[in-house]
Amino acid sequence: MKVHEYQAKELLSKFGVPVPKGKVAFLPEEAYQIAKVIGGSVVVKSQIHAGGRGKGKFKDGYVGGVKIAKDAEEAKEIASRMLGNVLVTHQTGKEGKKVEKVYITEASDIQKEYYLGIVLDRAKEQNVIMASTEGGVEIEKVAAETPEKIFKSWVHPVFGLQRYQVRELGFLLGFKGDQFKQFCELLEKLYRAHEECDATLTEINPLITTKDGRVLALDAKMNFDDNALLRQLEIASFRDLTEEDPLEVEASRYDLNYIRLDGTIGCMVNGAGLAMATMDVITLEGGMPANFLDVGGSATSERVKNAFKILLSDKNVKSVLINIFGGIVRCDVIAEGVIEAAKEIQITVPVVVRLQGTNSEKGMELLQNSGHNFLTAKDLKEAAKLSVASQRET
Amino acid sequence: MSILIDKNTRVVVQGLTGKEGSFHARQCINYGTKIVAGVTPGKGGQKWEKEVPLYNTVREAVTEQGANASLIFVPPLYAADAVMEAADSQVDLIVCITEGIPSKDEVRMKAFLNEKNVRMIGPNCPGIITPEECKMGIMPGYIHKKGKVGVVSRSGTLTYEAVWQITESGLGESTCVGIGGDPVPGMTHKDILELFAEDDETEGIVLIGEIGGTMEEEAAEFIKTISKPVVAFIAGQTAPPGRRMGHAGAIIAGGKGTAKEKMEALEKAGAVVVKSPTEIGRTMKELLG
Repeated sequence: MKVHEYQAKELLSKFGVPVPKGKVAFLPEEAYQIAKVIGGSVVVKSQIHAGGRGKGKFKDGYVGGVKIAKDAEEAKEIASRMLGNVLVTHQTGKEGKKVEKVYITEASDIQKEYYLGIVLDRAKEQNVIMASTEGGVEIEKVAAETPEKIFKSWVHPVFGLQRYQVRELGFLLGFKGDQFKQFCELLEKLYRAHEECDATLTEINPLITTKDGRVLALDAKMNFDDNALLRQLEIASFRDLTEEDPLEVEASRYDLNYIRLDGTIGCMVNGAGLAMATMDVITLEGGMPANFLDVGGSATSERVKNAFKILLSDKNVKSVLINIFGGIVRCDVIAEGVIEAAKEIQITVPVVVRLQGTNSEKGMELLQNSGHNFLTAKDLKEAAKLSVASQRET
Repeated sequence: MSILIDKNTRVVVQGLTGKEGSFHARQCINYGTKIVAGVTPGKGGQKWEKEVPLYNTVREAVTEQGANASLIFVPPLYAADAVMEAADSQVDLIVCITEGIPSKDEVRMKAFLNEKNVRMIGPNCPGIITPEECKMGIMPGYIHKKGKVGVVSRSGTLTYEAVWQITESGLGESTCVGIGGDPVPGMTHKDILELFAEDDETEGIVLIGEIGGTMEEEAAEFIKTISKPVVAFIAGQTAPPGRRMGHAGAIIAGGKGTAKEKMEALEKAGAVVVKSPTEIGRTMKELLG
C-alpha cells in the first residue's frame, strides 16, 4: 500500500526522524494559516501517489507540482492553483492525478543532497540499506550510470541493524563531526520505523544537510506490506481511496484481485498464475487484455457475480473471457455466478467461457441452458481465439 | 521413486480443526494420504471427526504418532510461528499453504529454518503431490496420474492446467511441487530441480515460473548441468511493471524480474521455453517420445 509524503513524514517523525516542519492543507486558506505559523518562505508540495512532482505539469498549463512561496500570501495563491487541478508527471501516465491536498513545509537551505533507501532483497532474503551521495535524482538512473556511487548494507532479519553498519555508511557518504552523529541517529530511527511499521519500501530522496548544519529527510516515500495491515491499523487508515482506480477499489471490497489494463478483452480467471498466463495467451492470439482479475481459490457464486459486474463496467471491454480451472472451486458454482450476474445486468458484449476440472461438464450445461448466448471453448487456446475473433465481429 | 513424499509419509496437520484445514485434510485422506495427527493448541486429547488424534504441540504429534511431515493451514499472522514450531519438532518436511503472511515474518521464519535440518514448501502454495501415493495440499487429486514428469511451479491453478495436459498426454507425473507465489519461499525452483535430477522415476521436468525475483535465473544455472529435458513456461509476459499481479512475489520492480529475462536465461541454459501454457504437455510429449 502506498501513502502520501505527508503521512510518511508524520509517521517518521513519531520515530524521531528529523523532517522539515510542515502540515497538510486541503484548502488555500489552510495553506495560508500553516505558512504563517511556519514563517518566512515555505514549499508547497502537491500530494499524489506518484514521483516526479517537481518537474510535473498541470493540465491547465500551470508548471511544477512543488513550488517555493516567499510568504503565506503566495503559498495561498500557489495552493489555490494546485488544489483540484490535475498533475501529470512521468509516473502518472498522461491522464495525470487530481491534487486533493498540498503539504506546506519550511523551505530548507540545502547544502548537499544524499539518497537513503531500505527495501527487501529477495535473493539475499534480508533488507538492504542503499545509500548514495547522488541524492535528488532517480536512484535507478544512478544504479545504471554510476553504480559505484551506491553503497549497500544488508541487515540480518533477527539480529537487526548493527551500529558498525550505520557508522560504515556514514563514513562512506563522507559525513563528519556533528553531522556524522546526526546521520547515524537518523538512519537507526529510520530503520526502526521501517521494521516496526511493516514497510516494504522506505526512501528518503533527498536526505539533505542544511547550511546551518542539520541533517534532514527532505522527502519521504513509504510503501507498506498489504499482508501486515491487519496488525498495522494506523497505517491501514492512511489508505487514500481517491488515489486508486475506482474499479480496483470496488473489487477490493469483494476481496477480488483486479488490476485495470489498457486492452479490450475482460478476463476473469481463478488463480494469479493462470490469470497472468491467460493474459499472455490473449496477447499471443492478437488481442489485448483489459484487466487482470483473480477470483481466488475459494470463489463463491456471489463473488463471481460481483467480479463479472466489475469486469463489465469497464467501458473499454469489447468481449469477455472467463477461464476457470476447477479444483477446489467447482465449475458449476462459477457458472451459477455468471448466470446470476447476466440476469441482473445487460450484457452487450460476447462472453467466452472455458471451464475445466471439477464439475466442468455440469457447469457448461448450466451455461448452455441458461438462455444467454455464452460462447464455450474446450481449451484455453481456443477460448482466447474466440474472444479475439468475437470482438472483431461486433 | 518420487521426491519428498510417498506412501509412507506420515502427516500432521497444523490447524486441522479450522475450516480450511478440515476441508482439505478430508480431501487428502480420501486421496490416500496418511494423516496421523492434528495440532490445535488447547484441543489436545480430543479427536478430529472421531478419527485423527489431536495434540497441543507438534512435538507430541511427532513423538506419539511418528509424524514426519507437517501440513500447515494456520491463519497468516500466526503461520510463521506454526512453521517454526514444526521446524523445531524434527519433521523432515513442512508444507505451508497459508496465503498472506507478512513478509517481515517470512524473512525471520526463513532465517530460523536455515538453522534447522528441515525443508519447507510454500508459503502461499498449493502443496505437493506424489500421484497415487500421497497428497499434501489443496490441488484436485484426480487430475494427476502416476508417471514420469516432475513438475515444479510458483502457481496454483496454472499448475493444474499443466498437469492436466501432462496427464492427458499419457506421460503422467512423478511428483508435482507448488513452491508458492511469495517473495521469500522455502524451497526454490533450483532446490526442487536438484531432487528431480537425482530421481530415477523422473524422466522430464516441467518448470513454471512467473515474473518477479530471480529464482528462474538461478534455476537456469542448474539446468545447464542436467541431462533430463526441461520444458519451461513463464507467466506474466504481458504484465505491467510495478503492479503486484495477485501473488506478493509477482512484481516487476525497478525493471527487474521480467518474463523476457527469465525466458532468455532458461533458453540459454538448454530448457525448451514455450510461449503459451497450452503447449506444455505437447512439448514434453515430443521430447520424451
